[in-house]
Amino acid sequence: MAKVTIDGHSIEVPDGTTILQAARMLVDNNPEVDAKVAPPTMCYYSKLKTSGGYCRTCVVKVTKGSEKDPRPMPKPVASCRTTVMDGMEVVNITSPEVLEARKGVVEFLLINHPLDCPICDQAGECHLQDLGYEHGLAKTRYDFSRRTFNQIDIGPYIKLHMTRCIMCFRCIKVADQITNNRYQGMLFRGDASEISTYIEKAVDNDFSGNVIDVCPVGALTDRTFRFKSRVWFTKPMDAHRNCTKCSGKAAVWLKGNDVLRVTARKDQWGEAIDWICNECRFEKKDAKDWVIEKPSHIDRHSVISQNHYENLAQLKLDISKQQKQIAGKK
Amino acid sequence: MGKKLLIHNDNVPGIATLEVYRQNGGYASVEKALKTMTPADVVEEVKKSGLRGRGGAGFPTGMKWSFLAKPEGVERYLVCNADESEPGTFKDRYLMEKIPHALIEGMITSSYALGAKTSYIYIRGEYFYVARIVEKAIDEAYAAGLLGKNILGTNFSHDCYVQVGAGAYICGEETALLESLEGKRGNPRIKPPFPAIAGLYGCPTVVNNVETIAAVCPIVMMGGDEYAKIGIGRSTGTKLISASGHINKPGVYEIELGLPVEEFIYSEEYCGGIINGRKLKAVVAGGSSVPILPAELILKNDKGEARLMSYESLSEGGFATGTMLGSGGFIVYDETTSIVKNLYTFARFYHHESCGQCSPCREGTGWMEKILHRIVEGQGKPSDVDLLWDIQRKIEGNTICPLGDAAAWPVASAIRHFRHEFEEYINHPERIKDVKHYYSVHQLAGA
Amino acid sequence: MSNEIKFNEETLALVHKMIKRYPEGKHKSALLPILHIAQAEFGGWLSPETMDYVASILNIKPIEVYEVASFYSMYNLKPVGKCLLEVCRTSSCWTRGAEDVVRHLEKKLGIKEGETTADGMFTIKTVECLGSCGSAPMLQCGASYHENLTMEKVDNLLEEYRAIGKQRSYTDMDYKNTL
Repeated sequence: MAKVTIDGHSIEVPDGTTILQAARMLVDNNPEVDAKVAPPTMCYYSKLKTSGGYCRTCVVKVTKGSEKDPRPMPKPVASCRTTVMDGMEVVNITSPEVLEARKGVVEFLLINHPLDCPICDQAGECHLQDLGYEHGLAKTRYDFSRRTFNQIDIGPYIKLHMTRCIMCFRCIKVADQITNNRYQGMLFRGDASEISTYIEKAVDNDFSGNVIDVCPVGALTDRTFRFKSRVWFTKPMDAHRNCTKCSGKAAVWLKGNDVLRVTARKDQWGEAIDWICNECRFEKKDAKDWVIEKPSHIDRHSVISQNHYENLAQLKLDISKQQKQIAGKK
Repeated sequence: MGKKLLIHNDNVPGIATLEVYRQNGGYASVEKALKTMTPADVVEEVKKSGLRGRGGAGFPTGMKWSFLAKPEGVERYLVCNADESEPGTFKDRYLMEKIPHALIEGMITSSYALGAKTSYIYIRGEYFYVARIVEKAIDEAYAAGLLGKNILGTNFSHDCYVQVGAGAYICGEETALLESLEGKRGNPRIKPPFPAIAGLYGCPTVVNNVETIAAVCPIVMMGGDEYAKIGIGRSTGTKLISASGHINKPGVYEIELGLPVEEFIYSEEYCGGIINGRKLKAVVAGGSSVPILPAELILKNDKGEARLMSYESLSEGGFATGTMLGSGGFIVYDETTSIVKNLYTFARFYHHESCGQCSPCREGTGWMEKILHRIVEGQGKPSDVDLLWDIQRKIEGNTICPLGDAAAWPVASAIRHFRHEFEEYINHPERIKDVKHYYSVHQLAGA
Repeated sequence: MSNEIKFNEETLALVHKMIKRYPEGKHKSALLPILHIAQAEFGGWLSPETMDYVASILNIKPIEVYEVASFYSMYNLKPVGKCLLEVCRTSSCWTRGAEDVVRHLEKKLGIKEGETTADGMFTIKTVECLGSCGSAPMLQCGASYHENLTMEKVDNLLEEYRAIGKQRSYTDMDYKNTL
């Protein structure tokens, strides 16, 4: 076990835990700790091996390396890829330097982003939107033309809108780790890099749709949901079905009684809880296909949650009230 | 005349061949190490020598070697970094081209010290003809029993191969080089783990620069203590300096560390002064990524003491008034040089070479190039200088590998020392085209 | 040069020699050298068919080859002239007149940087530092470095390459016999 202190809050974590995981544990286990103590992430994904380290959004400063070697680390480190040492002290939101560096990262991520949120299906549940809102500048200092790419359909289900991509590598790792083949990759280099299949190829296998869920922005979107509705006008419900390919546990996004789209259920850090198969995701668009369990628990602060739940406390209250009412009726 | 240990024989006819190389004392270190020393002895001598990595970072080689993990039954590798791509640097090419066996000898001796059965020499793709020379030398070494099974009748067996790159500066970063050697994109790895623990194919690996490896031979021959007497302070031994730019005698020079910078630039033995008797304006002392210094700060430090060609002396004063020895890529600029235009060539370089993995470098290098392009074209805005400063500051230290720093430092130093030139470009764009002085005016014969 | 994308016996033997340099199961390491050979063999550039062929030889996914081929600047993903003239333009070469060399080539060949002459003989490309700073300005064609350039030297080079280019692509000359 190692004791690590982040922004003045201490926690004991198993050896090998990263600073980011430790920070998330802190937040998960201590309601009084500001959720922002856990650094924001754009490329790290706990369920994908070797993810993280690329976007630099989660940088923190290590002010004390460990009990044994108390020297501070000279440069900011990616908290998602740096493991804790016993006695380590880390500053995140209490360090103006870290916040400044993060602001820089956000600006870099945005200079070539099209900012086309009004016509982007990801709007409302976009991590870049949230990040920009919290850490970004109100005004851009970039006055050159932005990098653009053509949109491509990779197969019947997935739209690749490369212009919006922030190069998180998650979709590549999904293809490598949970599907049986990889057709798309990182091509070219530097700011000309792009996710592409190079020659047009349909990404085709049962789990390819998960790239949509892991994409932090609107670069990979669900063609079956394209322009159907703003996400905040749909109601996410936890639902399940008997599926031979995956767990069948998903979130269905309803408008009235129509299933407009199906996604994985997400945890509070926005990560998929269970991968789902393409059949569940793209083919089961009838409410009758699903056993609806309950409203999905969403406590992201972005617009996605605005239509449903004022905040987490309110949600919990409502549910317990309803449960009591139901119990009372019985 | 300073001591020479690496390229003292460069003018001996036929020195690239095994026969002539051996006649001139070549492969003596292999003989000595394999027959009279234990691997630990060799590591100890390298430690004592104070040899520091000659690729640019200057990390003590002996220490790097001692970090190498040695788990039972796991291969260890030595990889030679011959991906020389730092603008202003061409010493490794010179060494490999002129005396390829000096590298092979170092590879064998070093591999013996590290217990590596296999080594690779990763040569940048553009140096294709150099790779051919090195391969030929390797073939000769195999034929003479210096490589392969039971070298010189000892128990030590070793295979050495050349791998060519295909055009990517980033592969000079050791983990990007290993990725490339594994047949992948040259994306630097996120560290830890360091190569000493998990390098090539996940095995413990040491990556050393060509010159570093070649320096192991004289160290083994003369002993670490003797080697450490050469040079000055913690800058021990000799260093190959690639001299280029506006000087009379561009080329590769082996210097004893501690040589005064002024002597290096002006003496006939080295650069031979500035071309056409012009005045010195600025110097990039250690390859494009180190801070550029104006004449007054490169010849003397801020305390008025003569600056020396050594790791410590060049970095005296920190980045405010100092620079770094880096790879020893010494580029000299005369009074006609536009610092802004020169910086633009660097910014374009780093933009071109950014691998694209991490956001600050991927986006920042392109942004800086665009701004500098606008400035040199006479379209600069008054806010551009501060913007450039801010962008480089947000790249520096925030990237996966040192390429971000390498891209940021030239921008920061040019603004720090030559801000007025940027302002001149921005405030008086009409002068850019009229005054010859704003372009490098060294004309080619017949241009 | 045959139209079929397939190495001949001799080249295939070379390819297998390359693969043997790496430990069992690490044959992907040979990808860079094999792509060089493929580019030299199949017209000086890497078409999707060529890359797929290389993938099949190494038994790796085609996307792994595309990723690598598009990363490194020496692989041409589009056809180039028989003589690809790569002029270095970074600092040291710039101080020694690299821009003049490019302008001279452009004038002489009647094309712009990045373009290929109508007869398919020459392509002008500007490149970043090739490690020839002490002998600047310079240009590379195939495996050859041409250094300390003057306009006269450039003119002679063009003549020389025009003569060679009429017979064969520059790539044949250097890559095949050496790896």
